[in-house]
Amino acid sequence: MLLLTCPYCGVEAEETELAPGGEAHLKRFGPGSSDDQFEAYLFARKNPKGVHFERWRHAYGCGKWFLAARCTATLEVFGTYPAQTSGPPDDIIARIKARRPDWKGFA
Amino acid sequence: MSTRLTTGGRLIDRAAPIDFSFNGKRLSGFAGDTLASALLANDQMLVGRSFKYHRPRGIVASGAEEPNALVNLGHGARAEPNQRATTTELFDRLQARSQNHWPSLEFDVGVLNKHAARLLPGGFYYKTFIHPRAAWKHLFEPIIRQTAGLGAAPKDGDADRYEQVYAFCDLLVVGGGVAGLHAALVAARAGARVWLVEQSAQWGGRAPVDGDLIDGVPAADWVDAAVAELAGMAHVTLRARTMAAGVYDHGYVLLDERLADHTPGDGRPRHRLWRMRAGKIIAATGAIERPLSFACNDVPGVMLASALRDYLVNWAVVPGQRTVVVTNNDDAYRTAIALHQAGQTIAAVIDARDQAEGALPAQARACGIRVETGKSIARVKGGKRVTGVEVCRQTGDGTISNFLACDAVAMSGGWSPVVHLYSHCGGKLIWDDAGAMFRPDAAHPPITHDGRAMVIAAGAANGALRTAVADADAQVRIALKELGVKARKAKAPRQDLPDEAALQPVWIMPQAATLGLRAKAWLDFQNDVKVSDVQLAAREGYQSVEHTKRYTTLGMATDQGKLSNINGLAVLSEALNEPVPQVGTTTFRPPYAPVPLGALAGEARGAVFQPLRKTPMDDWHAAQGATFEPVGLWRRPYCYSHPNETPQQAVAREVKNTRQALGLLDASTLGKIIVKGPDAGRFLDMLYTNVMSSLPVGRCRYGLMCNEQGFLSDDGVVARIDADTWLCHTTSGGADRIHGWMEDWLQCEWWDWQVFTANVTEQYAQVAVVGPNARKVLEKLGGMDVSQDALPFMAWTDGSLAGFGCRVYRISFSGELSYEIAVPADQGAAFWQACHDAGAALGAMPYGTEALHIMRAEKGFIMIGDETDGTVTPQDLGLDWAVSKKKADFLGKRGQERRFLASPERWKLVGFETLDGSVIPDGAYVAAAGTNANGQRHVQGRVTSTYHSPTLGRGIAMGLLLDGPDRMGEVVSFAKVDGSTVQARVVSPVFYDKHGEKQNV
Amino acid sequence: MSDAVSPISAAGSEGFARVRQIGPLGMVTLRAKAGTKGLKAAVKDATGCALPDKRRIVTKGAFRAGWMSPDEYLLILPRADVAKALAAIAKALNGQHHLAVDVSDARAVFRIEGAKADQVLRKLCPVDFDRLAAGELRRTRAAQVAAAFWRDDAGFTLVCFRSVAGYMGDLLRLCAQPGSEL
Ligand SMILES: [Zn+2]
Repeated sequence: MLLLTCPYCGVEAEETELAPGGEAHLKRFGPGSSDDQFEAYLFARKNPKGVHFERWRHAYGCGKWFLAARCTATLEVFGTYPAQTSGPPDDIIARIKARRPDWKGFA
Repeated sequence: MSTRLTTGGRLIDRAAPIDFSFNGKRLSGFAGDTLASALLANDQMLVGRSFKYHRPRGIVASGAEEPNALVNLGHGARAEPNQRATTTELFDRLQARSQNHWPSLEFDVGVLNKHAARLLPGGFYYKTFIHPRAAWKHLFEPIIRQTAGLGAAPKDGDADRYEQVYAFCDLLVVGGGVAGLHAALVAARAGARVWLVEQSAQWGGRAPVDGDLIDGVPAADWVDAAVAELAGMAHVTLRARTMAAGVYDHGYVLLDERLADHTPGDGRPRHRLWRMRAGKIIAATGAIERPLSFACNDVPGVMLASALRDYLVNWAVVPGQRTVVVTNNDDAYRTAIALHQAGQTIAAVIDARDQAEGALPAQARACGIRVETGKSIARVKGGKRVTGVEVCRQTGDGTISNFLACDAVAMSGGWSPVVHLYSHCGGKLIWDDAGAMFRPDAAHPPITHDGRAMVIAAGAANGALRTAVADADAQVRIALKELGVKARKAKAPRQDLPDEAALQPVWIMPQAATLGLRAKAWLDFQNDVKVSDVQLAAREGYQSVEHTKRYTTLGMATDQGKLSNINGLAVLSEALNEPVPQVGTTTFRPPYAPVPLGALAGEARGAVFQPLRKTPMDDWHAAQGATFEPVGLWRRPYCYSHPNETPQQAVAREVKNTRQALGLLDASTLGKIIVKGPDAGRFLDMLYTNVMSSLPVGRCRYGLMCNEQGFLSDDGVVARIDADTWLCHTTSGGADRIHGWMEDWLQCEWWDWQVFTANVTEQYAQVAVVGPNARKVLEKLGGMDVSQDALPFMAWTDGSLAGFGCRVYRISFSGELSYEIAVPADQGAAFWQACHDAGAALGAMPYGTEALHIMRAEKGFIMIGDETDGTVTPQDLGLDWAVSKKKADFLGKRGQERRFLASPERWKLVGFETLDGSVIPDGAYVAAAGTNANGQRHVQGRVTSTYHSPTLGRGIAMGLLLDGPDRMGEVVSFAKVDGSTVQARVVSPVFYDKHGEKQNV
Repeated sequence: MSDAVSPISAAGSEGFARVRQIGPLGMVTLRAKAGTKGLKAAVKDATGCALPDKRRIVTKGAFRAGWMSPDEYLLILPRADVAKALAAIAKALNGQHHLAVDVSDARAVFRIEGAKADQVLRKLCPVDFDRLAAGELRRTRAAQVAAAFWRDDAGFTLVCFRSVAGYMGDLLRLCAQPGSEL
């Protein structure tokens, strides 16, 4: 059962206080988008063994959505950060690179 | 015979005798006994039967690794099967019964199975019972059910209570032996918040039993001092009788504390499950001795050498008068020496090694004990009890060299570190050739959230069998350093142990044993898996240890292979001609030992099994004897039956009364979310399929919400409160989900939009006042103008009724003249009563959810969850009018443009009227011509709601049908479960008041 | 108007800690982003309390102001003062994007008191009580429902949703049963 620190209220919350929200940094495609774009937005999800970015809501706490970077294989958490961003912040990327030198980077 | 010595026993209090019973026989023991030690003290060697062959089984071990001595404990509401006698503390009037025998322990019909052993080889589940087919149902299964299986499931509800507690610490030390105690001391002295747990009732582990010296003092004294020091520190928590059941992600550990197992009914919870979060875990869980695999090693009286020593030293119990010790290592000599010093006879020490020249063998010889090297046991003689052993050369095939009469055999095949906690979360093991054991690989520990080791093994659990304290000192310092805690510099206590010579791995005894011997050499005592079974599996192509485990059932018994695991896979590796580490181990999974279901359920039983959400009027409903139904976690009245009225009759009455006079509905569960801000209109236009920004203040509009796929997700009436405030009603039970949905889009996608939301569902009680007399009752309550002119259909206004400040919505979900009135929740019960009082003369009656559903179905109004199931669009339901064509974007718009969703072949909403007036069964499909590839009838539609309409006096239904709206008047046929069909005419889904005149008066 | 009726009767219990329901209290949810002009004044005018820091609750007599999230505050005050507080907030935040709403009836409030009061909550909430700061308002889960609480000298005040007041009362009494002290 995971332990993640909510970047908004600072509580180190256990998984039962959180609600999962799937992959982070999806780009929404609405009317006017191609079938391929829309399919990718709705259905195509990464399932890496290793570094992954996820959405979590501090549902039983401050109610805010936040994002987490963690390793799906070892469950190491590289960091959590606010959801108001379209990509992982630099400090998170730096921390991942320090821990996983062969990581290909956020794409 | 097995008996209690007149002196000794460090754990028993001879001044405190205890009566107990086994299979109805009255026996007695002492305070401090386990059930196992007390049984042995009473010469009760036979404690059960094996699973497959029903062979007699005796006590083998002295702890959690015991495979045989499982009993039914207690009776009635305090009955628990499969309790380990070795870990069950004796208490007054304890009642135990043996299990897995039929009809009795002494005479067991299942023992016939042993004559059928030829039919029950490894993999017998997959081989023997296949043919003939009918024989399984009528012959094999009934017999197996009768004779196999473990204890009986209790029939009564559990009288005990259980609880769970959340706990946190820097360092959790598991295991209260000398390694664990020392690790805890170092950490505690450094100021860390420490927990130390020990599964048994005693601290100290094996060291006091073996009489070790620590820093020159007897281990028992050192242990007492360590426990006293730890107990005196506020930041240290000591818990005995507490088993670490499992290690999970990020330092989460379940600890099962046995509070009242030994004091049943004393008012305390029986077990307490600690839900621990530890910064770091030290697994000082010790090691478990391995049996040796020689023929008939399962005869009662054959025990682990260390267990024999435990029974002697801890409880002054000797299982036999004349003992043979069989070993491949020096440690087992301690048992021979201890027994000798207690005045017992040792027939011989049979040592598989060619030489035994260490300090302990020397001491044994000096005691006059006969030591035979290079020897092994060919076969144990005896049935329900050991009578002797046939001795042979270890390197031979079992040719007997001599016979030794004895009534107990102490065996030792070396020690295996208890690596379970290290392995639960993926810690890797390495094979240690010198110790012939798997031990934790510190280079590949289980990882916690900071990327560092979550579990660090220490002492014997780390393979440091003889340097446990020194190893614990080193390991705890690593742990503290990673935790950022500075440990004091200090020398580790000195453990003075005699030197030991190397052990010699012995997996089969003797080395070239004949098939006859191997077929009697047990690996897994409980599941009856023998050396020959594993070898057969290897011959049949099972190369993976995981496959072999399932095929043979090795290690799948309730002891989870604590004794059998290493021996089994060593036999497999020899059969496959591969080294042990190549073959690998099976996966260790929690729990380490069984945890009662009650402890896992914790407080969640009875009244607090799950939250029950109640409206402010709930007491009133209950007092009226309402029949309740769950809606989400809410409980809502389904109907209010009068005396001598069935629920069905009550529902019909409620519908008719509402349509003819006046119905009152507790609608408080309806979700209510306030959306406010400069961008609120724009936001709601994205959320709903229709336009909400254009809604005038004071008016209401019905709206639909879809997910991004374009499927309907929720519906409800939206009211415009002021220039930048809207109130969105959601379905009952949908409020939290929709509020979360709104917040998700506001926080994660449109975070620059200025919108705030608040879920105010529970702030208001809401009453639906419905029916031709609705206006009259409000006028009678008085206080505001509720006329058609002042408050037309789909308008709302604030005001007061009978002095209750309220907001009145002129909306209808029944097709009748209807007002929904919201008052502050604390006023809800009083307002509800006021409505009934004022309405009494106008025919007011409460109605429940079933009448609500029927009335909306009569009107053709859809219900989320009935007409929708996550695959239905608004267009499918003929709700195109509520989907904006003008808006450039809304959630679901792009999804609905997909070819499949835009297809004209999608099933569409229609009504169905049965020709015979009957009610179409729930979920029935409309049959079409032909069958599919599986021989199933093609279908062209299905029912989504179906009721008996009291208003129309016939069955009505709504459903989805291919080309539905174009097929009005056509008769279709619904398939029923019994194979028959029911004919129904396709009609408009609006069955009642087709032009909506009644609600708009 | 009739007298306010609390969600469940405020019966006490004879456990190792005292559990009772209190109220009715006034409660206002105030949503505004930190730094909104007039926010400090709004909280001050409504409750007399300073704007609480992250995860803190400020007390001034019968008035409290708690930090619920980066853009949400819970104001607790006598029921009779709610209308006045809402008016004060509206005035102080006039023209600023905010939302203030009366949630007095939507909540149930419990007191858990006694030297071992923390043990009751340790059985329900995944919270490290040893590290709970003074004046900390902790939002979390109590068994299967959302809850918020803070500690004072005599024990804890716990707030939950009104509809589950019965469930919460049963839970608290169950966990305070004699014989189950930790
Ligand atoms: Zn948070």
